Amino acid sequence: MSSDSLVSSSTAPTASAQNARAGRDARTDTIFRTVVTIAGWFVLITLLGAAFSMLWGGREAFSTFGWQFLTSTEWDPVNHKFGAFVPIYGTLVTALIAMLIAVPVSFGIAIFLTEVAPNWMRGPVAAAIELLAGIPSIIYGMWGLFVFVPFMAEHVIPWLNANLGQWPVIGALFRGPPLGMGMLTAGIVLAIMVIPFVSSVMRDVFLTVPVRLKESAYALGGTTWEVVWDIVLPFTRSAVIGGVFLGLGRALGETMAVTFVLGNSHLLSASLLQPGNSIAATIANEFTEADSDIYLSSLIALGFLLFVVTFIVLAIAKLMLKRLAMREGN
Amino acid sequence: MSALSEKLYARRRFKNAVALSLSFAATVFGLFWLVWILWTAFSNGVAALKPSLFTQMTPPPGSDGGLLNAFFGSLMMSLLAVVIGTPIGIAAGTYLAEYARKSAIGETIRFVNDILLSAPSIVLGLFVYTLVVRQMGHFSGLAGGIALALIILPVVVRTTDEMLQLVPSQMREAALSLGVPQWKVTVQVLYRSAMSGILTGVLLGLARISGETAPLLFTALNNQYWSSDMLQPMASVPVVIFQYAMSPYDSWHSLAWAGAFMVTVFVLLLSLVSRAIILRKKVHND
Amino acid sequence: MTNIQTPLHSVPMTVAPVSVPETVVASAPKIIARNLNFYYNGYQALKNINLDIAERKVTAIIGPSGCGKSTLLRVFNRIYSIYPKLEAKGEVMLDGENILDPSFALNRLRSKVGMVFQKPVPFPMSIYDNIAYGIKHYEKLPRAEMDNRVEQALRQAALWDEAKDKLKQNALGLSGGQQQRLCIARAIALKPEVILFDEPTSALDPIATSKIEQLVEELKSQFTIVIVTHNMQQASRVSDHTAFMYLGDLVEFGDTTMIFENPKQKMTEDYITGRYG
Repeated sequence: MSSDSLVSSSTAPTASAQNARAGRDARTDTIFRTVVTIAGWFVLITLLGAAFSMLWGGREAFSTFGWQFLTSTEWDPVNHKFGAFVPIYGTLVTALIAMLIAVPVSFGIAIFLTEVAPNWMRGPVAAAIELLAGIPSIIYGMWGLFVFVPFMAEHVIPWLNANLGQWPVIGALFRGPPLGMGMLTAGIVLAIMVIPFVSSVMRDVFLTVPVRLKESAYALGGTTWEVVWDIVLPFTRSAVIGGVFLGLGRALGETMAVTFVLGNSHLLSASLLQPGNSIAATIANEFTEADSDIYLSSLIALGFLLFVVTFIVLAIAKLMLKRLAMREGN
Repeated sequence: MSALSEKLYARRRFKNAVALSLSFAATVFGLFWLVWILWTAFSNGVAALKPSLFTQMTPPPGSDGGLLNAFFGSLMMSLLAVVIGTPIGIAAGTYLAEYARKSAIGETIRFVNDILLSAPSIVLGLFVYTLVVRQMGHFSGLAGGIALALIILPVVVRTTDEMLQLVPSQMREAALSLGVPQWKVTVQVLYRSAMSGILTGVLLGLARISGETAPLLFTALNNQYWSSDMLQPMASVPVVIFQYAMSPYDSWHSLAWAGAFMVTVFVLLLSLVSRAIILRKKVHND
Repeated sequence: MTNIQTPLHSVPMTVAPVSVPETVVASAPKIIARNLNFYYNGYQALKNINLDIAERKVTAIIGPSGCGKSTLLRVFNRIYSIYPKLEAKGEVMLDGENILDPSFALNRLRSKVGMVFQKPVPFPMSIYDNIAYGIKHYEKLPRAEMDNRVEQALRQAALWDEAKDKLKQNALGLSGGQQQRLCIARAIALKPEVILFDEPTSALDPIATSKIEQLVEELKSQFTIVIVTHNMQQASRVSDHTAFMYLGDLVEFGDTTMIFENPKQKMTEDYITGRYG
């Protein structure tokens, strides 16, 4: 077993060969580094490109209609007059309804999965909720159109009309023909789509609370609910808000499910039971039928508006989530 | 305990009971919708299954037929998306994890990537419309594939970044201390270590684009006939579902359900496979 | 046995500049550090280190947490160079050549100076491929010769008998102690002249630890060994010379028996006797 520690065995490279090797390695390293750097910048450029291209495509609409584009309810392809108010209104209202339902429900699910459920149940239930997130939105749309809309039309809307619809002031929100389609229906479908996202962020975030913090609260005699409300929630507050904004971002941009159940009407109405429109649904429905430049430009301008709003919402979400991560010392 | 503190305690217990039951109710509520939706998709889908799905093309209004060209179109465009998006995504993720881990540019790119990840896909579709369809003068399967690539890209970037960061720094150092250059260490050791995670990311991205409709609406459009020409409009399952579901024809509705069923099954299968990969790696390592 | 005499300047209680060892050795020292300073993002982690590492002997570096012992070790193969904001100034001579000079090729340095880390890090490949990985970068060997080299390395690391039937299996299937010996074999396979050990047994159980210590004893007949350890007893067991460091200074350096039985500095004595950790 002869093994000398001297490098000069017959097959080992010489010093000059090593140096040449080093030069080659360094060059390849540089090439590799350049390639991955370009790929990294590509991501940045894609976003900027998307934003810019929509601004560019929408310029005709913006320059023709000016600020009125945002406030006008007219949508007249024949006379080339377009206003984004109805789609904007529909987008915001359906998203609002979705969040009003989704946030408390997600909160409840997150508490259940982190504090209440027995250990053997947590994994499967969590996986099931995540399954909701994986279902493509077109499936939500199909179910919404063929199953949920008739259900709303036959059972829920008449009830609403008869009861809430009779109340003063807010009654106007709940009066309408039992079409089934409308902003309320769309809001509910959106809520279901958003719940898995918000609840999984909340759950992940609740799990980062140090166990000893909770234990010391329990040791003082706190009930489960009190520990959650007084300890866990304040500790994770920014991240919870971040999760909510994440869900909001999703709700604002959701296209197919909403297109199927919103009714696609450009008429503004106060009632949640009437059909409406959303930015994404308008673009999806009318893009291929746009027969004039100004029509197309208006649709692209709508896309730009949606992009700006979701960008802001998602940026806030990220900032909020980051705050908690920093606090954790990540 | 005094009477007062007993009363207070009882109130607190009541509050607790109410809150916890509500949380249970919320969970049941969530699961209820899941079951309803999946049941609908499966029961209607299975009822609509028939062999002609795979042998015939999408039919004209009111008639019956199959979805063969739609399946093929979806397959082609998804493949194109994976082929374009995965290498760029892995490269960008490598840049973030190995060369820009804590720098300002790295944080910026990560931020932008996360926005891209959660942004409405319809926006990306409009981008590709302007970039590709407008330039080419017509819709095409190529444009559709590119749009899908832009959707899968941020998923792969993020997964690669996170997986590479999980590789312990000592493994990097151990390989480098053998005198092996940085690029070889990354490609031969680090990728190997992170491969199952990256693969999972690709599968999840694939699951995501399988159900995407909106971006295809103004890039690939649709095609009633069989076409394997990527430079022409191309059919896809989600777009066909959209078109057929919104129509008044029963035969088209039936095909839409069948298509929806196939997409759901495919997506569920992909999630199962990725979970299996993660589990296998976990068992392997312990 | 070489005698190292360390003429001392008087050292007050506060940490002061180091004593320069004069070596009366049979052969020239393998590594000579002269006026070595190391900076981490502006903070000075090593202060004017002057140290000789004797050839084919085991030199241990001990000291409390944060004293710079790992930092010093990692200068010897310039592994710090992958991190920005880390900088070394001064000279480190390996067989007369300054390794801190940028013209000294990194791959050449690392083929001469190998390293074993605290946590065993087998690559996600088979045992055979782990060992062959480094070799393949330098030499193109025919299959039979590569098999030979792999076997040689595994024998030297006392792992051959346990591994010979599992060469194609994933290295992650080995136990912790076996994985560490695999890492040693991996480093040895390149036929280095120096092997650096950075707390190699702190993650291992006592039985695996004693196997590694035995291995170090055997290896020193062929390799120059520098070992960093926070375990003083380990240092006294395996090393010929010991360097004691404190907050970036080299406080004392000499024969291991002398350092442990009759240290010249009070600080060293305090550390050895456990006055502080």
